[in-house]
Amino acid sequence: MGDLFSLFINSVFIGNILLAYFLGMCSFIAVSKNIETATGLGFAVIFVLTVTSPVNWLIYHGLLAPGALSWLGYPDLDLSFLKFITFIAVIAAMVQAVEMVIDRYSPLLYATLGVFLPLIAVNCAILGTSLFMVERNYTFVESVVFGAGSGTGWMLAIVSMAAIRKKARYSDVPEGLRGFGFTMIIAGLMAMTFMMFSGITL
Amino acid sequence: MLKSKEHYYEILVKGIWKENPVAYQVLGICSALAVTVQMSTAIVMAVALTVVTACSSFIISSMRRHIPSNIRIIVELAVIASLVIVTDEVLKAFFYDVSKQLSIFVGLIITNCIVLGRAEAFALANNPIDSFVDGIANGLGYGLILVLVAFLRELLGAGKFFGFPVIPQFVYDLGFQNMGLMVLAPGAFFIIGLLVWLKNSLPGISSEKRS
Repeated sequence: MGDLFSLFINSVFIGNILLAYFLGMCSFIAVSKNIETATGLGFAVIFVLTVTSPVNWLIYHGLLAPGALSWLGYPDLDLSFLKFITFIAVIAAMVQAVEMVIDRYSPLLYATLGVFLPLIAVNCAILGTSLFMVERNYTFVESVVFGAGSGTGWMLAIVSMAAIRKKARYSDVPEGLRGFGFTMIIAGLMAMTFMMFSGITL
Repeated sequence: MLKSKEHYYEILVKGIWKENPVAYQVLGICSALAVTVQMSTAIVMAVALTVVTACSSFIISSMRRHIPSNIRIIVELAVIASLVIVTDEVLKAFFYDVSKQLSIFVGLIITNCIVLGRAEAFALANNPIDSFVDGIANGLGYGLILVLVAFLRELLGAGKFFGFPVIPQFVYDLGFQNMGLMVLAPGAFFIIGLLVWLKNSLPGISSEKRS
């Protein structure tokens, strides 16, 4: 239990998927202008990550990993090179399914998230989490916790960025630095803040 | 089918400099930041991305009349993912060390917005050869930023260039120290931010829209 808790804290703060591994930058820059939409997208990412990470774990270890197909009589078969295309297909399908379920049961949430859901399919944070999960050899339960933790970390980063940008709206930024350049400098300062957590060992 | 040299030259200049994918269109930043601690990884990543973008633009453009528009994203992703698998296997076979360092970032070319962005914005509307040139141009434009950022980070952060120490010892004796910050994540953000500032201040370049 303690291990899982420390994995969660680790993936939220120390190894923040956005500020330490730079995943999901595109939507981070594009959608951080407004706090409400940032929060909505953040929740959608947490949800999709928590679902896709374990699903991809099952597919990888049940079908693709070296020797996983030994029950079919192919003990030497190694399909792990297919993981990229399988993962992206699973993610796209999951996003589509999530979209339909939300549309059916919660039209209000769908109206808020609607525009952003398809974007999540090409968010590198989602594919990156699945690939990290394979590379670091997590167990099934760890993959659920890691997915939820990464999503929470991503949401934390994008919501605080949206809040900072709102505060900074009236500040006097040099001409050429406005927009993208300014956002990157803020992100750098945020990354420095998050690095302070790296001294913590749980 | 082939058009004049000027035509291709124009596409190239547009992709590499005028509408640089990273600095102007703000695409593909994820990997631009993550692989730039050293020059060698940055160059390998830039070459890999250029090949994938050029080939995927070419293939998608050749099929553009046969792809139904409502499933085009899936088709595009399938083409890109297949090319990335090939790239990954080639890297593992010939550049094993670098491919270990790049770890998951080769796979993340699939979700790199540049590749999908060019497919959507250019390949679906232009002929295959133009699209191929456009893919190369955007890959090179991405590579330009990558190499520039990697150069600065490796030089300032570790005092090295391609892994060789280049800052002479007497500079260290005078009290110079490597900036550890540059090797870490925040350094990458700062360098990109400042580069964009520099680029917007240079004359003759379409400046970013006010947000």
